Amino acid sequence: MAHVNNDASPDTPLEYQSEIGRLNIFGFWIFLGAEMALFATIFAAYFALVDSTGGGPLPSEVFDINGTMTMTLLLLTSSFTCGLAIHEMRRNNVKSMIVWLIITLLFGLGFLYMEVNEFIHLVNEGANLGTNAFWSSFFVLTGTHGLHVTLGIGWMTLIIIQVLKRGLTPDTAKKVFISSLYWHFLDFVWIFVFTGVYLLGLVE
Amino acid sequence: MANKSVDHKHFPWSHVIGFVMSIALTFLAVWLGLYTDLALNTVIILVFGLAFIQAGIQLFMFMHVTEGENGIWQVGKMLSAAFIALVIVIGTVWVMNGMH
Repeated sequence: MAHVNNDASPDTPLEYQSEIGRLNIFGFWIFLGAEMALFATIFAAYFALVDSTGGGPLPSEVFDINGTMTMTLLLLTSSFTCGLAIHEMRRNNVKSMIVWLIITLLFGLGFLYMEVNEFIHLVNEGANLGTNAFWSSFFVLTGTHGLHVTLGIGWMTLIIIQVLKRGLTPDTAKKVFISSLYWHFLDFVWIFVFTGVYLLGLVE
Repeated sequence: MANKSVDHKHFPWSHVIGFVMSIALTFLAVWLGLYTDLALNTVIILVFGLAFIQAGIQLFMFMHVTEGENGIWQVGKMLSAAFIALVIVIGTVWVMNGMH
């Protein structure tokens, strides 16, 4: 099953060449569907509790559009560079692929650094996980997303190490491709966090 | 394999166009939300509309959801997941905030 399929045309990208690769990629899309449902429940809690701000600062008082925009652009750019890494992988350009993956990770780390700083700032302003229902749901939502970014950084680092050790094979190419889907998905979720939480939090 | 028309030899146009469009849509959403005098409900509808376009850019131009022999199933999975997500979020808001 894990062997290269002989009837796959030479133009077929490495990650799609084995049966197991194709199944793993399809399975990951199903996982992403489940992740969308997970984030939907947390968004639902956030929007249901968005007015329960008693006893704490209002989001419009403590959100900072410049910091949020910087985080958004960092994550968006990382999603773009991750796409470029896959583009290079399909040209069999392992070195460029790894360079773009490392750039992706650096943008991801920049995002994470800014998010941790933002949380520290919010706690100093009197908004923490236990302040009220609004801030609880805020930290659960942004924290779950931030945890996903953290896991993504760790996962992608391990996969880069594996590619350096084993080279680009149908197996490692599949792993790089699946982690790239995960990374794009982090930005997919962030678009809604940015819009629903920060932007609308500043409008009201 | 069917549907293997992936352009992997040339300049990554779909990524660059998607990236530029995403940045433009982000700034457009900020402008609509913070620098216009539109009613709150109008702003909510417009910025979420822009967010869904951006999400579509991620799926189609960055993640290439349609590619591979299971492309049609991948699109179907994303549509069903989006339906579930919308029912959960809109249903919750409707019940918790709209009904008294």
